Amino acid sequence: MILFALPIALVVIFGYALNNDFKNIPIGILNQSKDQTSVKLIHRIIGSGYFVVEQTLEKTQDIPKAFKSGKVKLVVFFPMSFQQDLYHAKKAQIQFIADASDINTAINTTSYLSGIIGEFNNENGRENSSGIQLSARMIFNQRLLSVYLFIPGVIALILLIISALLTSVTLAREKETGTLELLSISPISPYMIIIGKVIPYLILSLLNSFLIILLGIFVFGLPMVGSVALLILACFVYTIAALSLGILISTRVETQQAAMFASLVTLMMPTMLLSGFIFPIESLPLPLQLISNIIPATHFIILIKSIMIKGAGITLIWKPFFILIAMTAVFILVSIQSLKRNK
Amino acid sequence: MRNILVLVRKEFLQIFRNRQLLPFMTVLPVIQVILLTFAANYEIKNLRLGIWDLDQSTSSSQLIHKFTGAKFFQETDLITNQKKADDLLMQDAIDLVLVIPKDFEKNIKIQNSPPTIQFQINALNNSKAGIVQNYASAITQDFMSELRSNANVSGSVKIIPVTNFWYNPTLNYKTIMLPGIVAEVMTLIIILICALNVVREREIGTIEQLNVTPLKKYEFILGKLIPFWVIGHFIFWAGIALGRLIFHIPMVGSLGLLELFLAVFLFVPLGIGLFISTAVETQQQALFTSFFFIILFILMCGLFTPVETMPDWAQWVNQLNPLKYFVEVNRLILLKGSGITEIYPFILKMFVYGIGINALAIWRFKKTN
Repeated sequence: MILFALPIALVVIFGYALNNDFKNIPIGILNQSKDQTSVKLIHRIIGSGYFVVEQTLEKTQDIPKAFKSGKVKLVVFFPMSFQQDLYHAKKAQIQFIADASDINTAINTTSYLSGIIGEFNNENGRENSSGIQLSARMIFNQRLLSVYLFIPGVIALILLIISALLTSVTLAREKETGTLELLSISPISPYMIIIGKVIPYLILSLLNSFLIILLGIFVFGLPMVGSVALLILACFVYTIAALSLGILISTRVETQQAAMFASLVTLMMPTMLLSGFIFPIESLPLPLQLISNIIPATHFIILIKSIMIKGAGITLIWKPFFILIAMTAVFILVSIQSLKRNK
Repeated sequence: MRNILVLVRKEFLQIFRNRQLLPFMTVLPVIQVILLTFAANYEIKNLRLGIWDLDQSTSSSQLIHKFTGAKFFQETDLITNQKKADDLLMQDAIDLVLVIPKDFEKNIKIQNSPPTIQFQINALNNSKAGIVQNYASAITQDFMSELRSNANVSGSVKIIPVTNFWYNPTLNYKTIMLPGIVAEVMTLIIILICALNVVREREIGTIEQLNVTPLKKYEFILGKLIPFWVIGHFIFWAGIALGRLIFHIPMVGSLGLLELFLAVFLFVPLGIGLFISTAVETQQQALFTSFFFIILFILMCGLFTPVETMPDWAQWVNQLNPLKYFVEVNRLILLKGSGITEIYPFILKMFVYGIGINALAIWRFKKTN
């Protein structure tokens, strides 16, 4: 029971709670100019819907205090000379002071604000000359929802951890209690032992993955553009890869605790950080990109996104399929080798 | 007191004797922290640009030149039809298609018929798409203001934004990621070993033996917690020291203060682990329950995704997430140099939380035995 309840609870919580949708960022305003243009611009910033003015500051010395209390992420500063410069020199500076201890928010806020200023400048100039209009089409994800990014990642992570954990712990448990000895002196071949061990967990994990995906579609509005058969195949291949990884771990450890630490400690964080779930793979340094390639979740995330969101066919995604199958083969071969050696 | 010391000694002996488990608690986490910190990079660079120029004029090539000259665009593909654009987007081969309409040049010069430039952006990664759109708009706007100044239009005014990044002027992700990942890995391991340890004693029956000794409950619990408390310290400070050596993470504030926070903080994951161990029967159950909490704590602590944009109920639940406080304290002490006045509420919260969860665990522990 807990095996179904846990993943579902996690997907629901993360589906709702994890988002990097850019809205309601708390900012502070320090307006020493207080002229018409600055007030107009502040209205424009608030009107964008991305920002909420959390604090109005009086003097520059207030800025560190505002940051240290963590109340605002950025301060928009109109210096005293703003109006004069604008009037005389036709251009004036405003400052964005960002709390870069939270880098993502700092980059996003400044780039959105610069965009707003650019538009503002443009409109002011338009009366006198013709401009260029911009239109943006967001492909695959029109409303820029973050569930498109997070749900596939969460599915991959949970499936991997659960399948690998389940098998590694079960086999290690048999070792601990000595029942594996009994099995190995029986006339059953090591292949049979492994297959027999894996099948119940395969069914369990597959059910789990379908449940999570249905949840993603019906509760979080993930699209299902591509072929259902391909998606099922992808889940099947990935689950088998995760299970055989679990077997591999179990053949290498002696106790349940070691199996657990090995699967949880060595799989969880790398899967989370190197699979493209949290950090984009393109921005990883080269050696880590190589490691990322040997993490099964990386390929599964590509598959899910390609099939569900983009509707890609097999010709475009045979590669991740092939890699996952090759990995499974390696895991199984190595574990059979070590099982034989134990015998 | 002597009893506790004996028990602590016994636990340490057990830990060091277990050759297979020892590296998982000590060296491996630290190596992992360093390795994963190298991954910490959201930086959007090396964007791939598709150009679909329907105008083929001087102006359009000027605009294209502005795009290809920008530092974020690394590779460019020439596109001649929508099918090609769709294909490249599908294969993840480009991030942005810049579509310049026919008669772009002609229309720029005519008043009241501004041409429309289209950006087709691969939005699978929503935050990246937002940034790409901003980059592209900024470049186009730049192009326009140059056009305007060439045309010598008078009367237009310009506001120039200047950006200052405080506390981390070079926008180095590693400085904030490393202490955060150290805290995460440490918490993961502490919860797990603490939860598994007690359950294991119950599973193999040695807890019965301890129960018949004159050991008091609180002595037993303290004897269990102290060795793991020490291991937590080891993981944290080894990670931070290596981070200082390899990534030069800043340490603006007082390390003593950070240690004070850590010393109080560690009782929270220890208590959580202990509580889990009292609520389950087998090691497998302990593992799954720990996994559930650990993954929640890690993903919701504010290191990877902002805490502010979570819905209210999630923020409310997140008050119980010890890692959320740790990530904030790391930022405050190491980057901003906050002092005891800013940190003291955090220490107090962790103190209350630690007492609460441990009391709960001890109470449950009495009931189950």
